[in-house]
Amino acid sequence: MYTQAMDLAGAPTLAPASTPEEAAFNARIAADRKVEPRDWMPEAYRKTLVRQISQHAHSEVVGMLPEGNWITRAPSLKRKAILMAKVQDEGGHGLYLYAAAETLGVSRDQMLEALHAGRAKYSSIFNYPTLTWADMGAIGWLVDGAAIMNQIPLCRCSYGPYARAMIRICKEESFHQRQGFDIMLALSRGTTAQKAMAQDALNRWWWPVVQMFGPPDKDSVHSGQSAAWGIKRISNDDLRQKFIDATVPQAELLGLTIPDPQLKWNAERGHYDIGPIDWDEFWRVVGGEGPCNRERLATRVEAHEAGAWVREAALAHARKQGARARKRAA
Amino acid sequence: MERKEWPLWEVFIRSKQGLDHRHVGSLHAVDAKQAVQMARDVYTRRMEGVSIWVVPSEAITASDPDDKAEMFDPMADKVYRHPTFYKLPKEVEHM
Repeated sequence: MYTQAMDLAGAPTLAPASTPEEAAFNARIAADRKVEPRDWMPEAYRKTLVRQISQHAHSEVVGMLPEGNWITRAPSLKRKAILMAKVQDEGGHGLYLYAAAETLGVSRDQMLEALHAGRAKYSSIFNYPTLTWADMGAIGWLVDGAAIMNQIPLCRCSYGPYARAMIRICKEESFHQRQGFDIMLALSRGTTAQKAMAQDALNRWWWPVVQMFGPPDKDSVHSGQSAAWGIKRISNDDLRQKFIDATVPQAELLGLTIPDPQLKWNAERGHYDIGPIDWDEFWRVVGGEGPCNRERLATRVEAHEAGAWVREAALAHARKQGARARKRAA
Repeated sequence: MERKEWPLWEVFIRSKQGLDHRHVGSLHAVDAKQAVQMARDVYTRRMEGVSIWVVPSEAITASDPDDKAEMFDPMADKVYRHPTFYKLPKEVEHM
């Protein structure tokens, strides 16, 4: 069995195969070919994928909550229509991902149960509150921007259904980032109060977004093995750097200041250097102590439980109709 | 125990260009009518298609991945089935 102890020091390699099936699997990964649902795969590979894909799906679904809060308060009909379309997309993304995870033999109910019982995680970013309209801009621009950085390499992931879901998601995601940037642009070109609102949103969201890429490579528990399996293609730190390098000039264009006094272009590295990241805060929020963890989960559970009678009634109705149709045919 | 999870359906969409219906994903729905409605909401939000098929996932019979070699390898050495196998004299410009 593979272990989780490998890290990214040096090129990731697969453990030697002990059975012919395992050798065939390793050869497929080495040749960069896709693994499909009914192909043999190591149990740990399956488990890693179920964990990652279901967490990803949960993040899409929980991610609808902070934005859904603002649909009724969007400042114009245009912004309202855009926000509704975005939230609807997130629901769709959750569906694509749950469906990809279901091909690995886990049921939708099992995954939802794990989320609702607090056993499964979702992206820690959604445990922060959305206090002003500018937060809708910051989320689209920064959170979705970071998500795209994370997700583009996943389009080449070794597991076919996950890779295909990610291709579809990435296609839709770029609208999300642009609409967020568009909100920030309007605010930063607006009144002094509007610009201050945009700056405040950037101040609150910047560090949580930088943390979204996960712990530094030297501390990342899952990265090494995931890289060997072709699930994770680019390391946390490399993706984070890429995001920062792309985002700093955009903030300058908006005339906003990134809340990091140590942020500085490093000509030698060809990258921006940043100040220290507060990993204690990251682990606190992941561990359930963020500002909104309890509220988000409670809202999700309530929505699921309040909808139970609809799901049951729809199923009962369909069964009755089916039975009637069969009787008529007989 | 009674199953409470809605049945799984596979969704196929045909784009405007008139190509074949293509598998785009799956979803849970109580019956075919609802599956079509949901497929419309999930898979055609950006004018991806003008026709939808839904099929109960359990109705699909798939080839066995373990039979891949005997199923598909025999085709690997039949290059004469492709037009590029045939060398045409230079004088024949298009064929």
